[in-house]
Amino acid sequence: MDAEAVKAEHAPVARSQIIYRHTLPVRLTHWVNVICPCILLMSGLQIFNAHTHLYFGNRSDPQHELLSMRAVRGPDGMPVGLTTIGNTTFHTTGVLGLSRGDDGQWEARGFPNWITLPSYRDLATGRRWHFFFAWLFVINGLTYLTYSVLNGHVRRDLSPNRRQLRNIGHDIVQHLRLRFPKGEEAKHYNVLQKLAYLAVIFALLPLVVLTGLTMSPGIDAAFPFLVELFGGRQSARTIHFLCATGIVLFVFVHVVMVLISGVWNNMRSMITGRYRIETAE
Amino acid sequence: MVARQTLTRRGFLTRLSAVSGALLLGGCDQLSQSPAFRDILSKAEGVTQRVQRFVLSQRSLAREFSESDLSAHFKANGSINVDDPSYQAQVNDGFANWRLKIDGLVARPASLSLDELRRLPSRTQITRHDCVEGWSAIGKWKGAQLTPLLQNVGLKPEARYLVFHCADELEPGAKYYESIDLIDAFHPQTILAYDMNDAALTVPHGAPIRLRVERQLGYKHAKYVMGIEAVSSLAHIGGGNGGFWEDRGYEWYAGI
Repeated sequence: MDAEAVKAEHAPVARSQIIYRHTLPVRLTHWVNVICPCILLMSGLQIFNAHTHLYFGNRSDPQHELLSMRAVRGPDGMPVGLTTIGNTTFHTTGVLGLSRGDDGQWEARGFPNWITLPSYRDLATGRRWHFFFAWLFVINGLTYLTYSVLNGHVRRDLSPNRRQLRNIGHDIVQHLRLRFPKGEEAKHYNVLQKLAYLAVIFALLPLVVLTGLTMSPGIDAAFPFLVELFGGRQSARTIHFLCATGIVLFVFVHVVMVLISGVWNNMRSMITGRYRIETAE
Repeated sequence: MVARQTLTRRGFLTRLSAVSGALLLGGCDQLSQSPAFRDILSKAEGVTQRVQRFVLSQRSLAREFSESDLSAHFKANGSINVDDPSYQAQVNDGFANWRLKIDGLVARPASLSLDELRRLPSRTQITRHDCVEGWSAIGKWKGAQLTPLLQNVGLKPEARYLVFHCADELEPGAKYYESIDLIDAFHPQTILAYDMNDAALTVPHGAPIRLRVERQLGYKHAKYVMGIEAVSSLAHIGGGNGGFWEDRGYEWYAGI
């Protein structure tokens, strides 16, 4: 029995068709973009841990904190981890402000050791990781952008058309019921995908890079408008942190969607480019 | 048959991702400590330096602020005093006998008193101090510009860096020191600051003088400067990386 015959025998009622979905440059830049943000996030939290407070403006005035993580001694003499956002304080012992180090001892630190790079406190090494992978991330992003604009990927695959935008309400409802497009519709990204990808590619990722650069005193001297644009170096640091949070949320939703909309089919399409679509019965 | 094969492949892929996840987390700490891998990561510093130097013109100034922007409290970081009897004696007599030594690859080595330094061409600037830890404070600095001082002593052609030798020891037996290249040395905002916020520099902030090199991070702004040495290479000074923190893994080029 040859492979085709086996497939036919086991095939479900619905017929399916394999299409070539992702080109090689998209697949390569995608996987580099799996590695970079992971390392940038973890080394970024190591850097954040060197000063676990966020502010707005140019100065870090202790009386004007937007967010603060710290360890204090509780009434019973035991240490407590506290996180303050605006005027509200949360007890975050074990996770934020206070968590156990590699040796099992309580440690005053913003984010816990299982999410920072390195796991132990080492700002210098965190910065080395961060800036190396920041360059890789920027080069990868520029490669992707150049390719996608020149070969029409942005226009053809990412820009929603009018009909899609009109039907956005219907799409949201279908998505919430976890019903995904089939047949012709599945050959293209749906409108929510397109809008999410456009927002990440053209807003969130450029913003995280620019706010990161604005924290650099050298870049601020070369391009003073950047620091004006973001309202100060400390504002840029806060926005950088918010962007990172946004990327984490995007990746979370993205991975959930990959898992529930046919994980092996999705993985294959991002590895080999081939994607199976089920044609309507 | 086919179904089993698919399962095996899936099982393999699942196990592969679990194992690689664990390796990644544990492995990153080991990589962080591997000298060869650190060398690779450190390549980014050279790229950053070259790119920043390309976009920064020699004269681009760090932004200057107004009096109303000054930080109410400017954190004193690193050493906040010098645990050394001869330094304490200098504090007690108001640095009357203090001398700044300028030597190394210079034509006319010099030794300047604080009064002589104060009579040199000066610059006053209100700038943002950016600590590598992430905080920023705004302060007003007045000090002797380095450029005329360097012209007075006459740098030899082979001089490439200035090393700032300090009085403080942040670790027992390891004196603080810093270094800058001639691009930053001849920048108009690079000063030896003796006043902060219109008063003589206090001990926590590095009395009698601290370096201001405004387009780089705080640890480059050496406090308690006692001597300036012009050198051709940083290899034989301290740990060989150009500064106290550089010897502990931080970037020599601290423009980011």
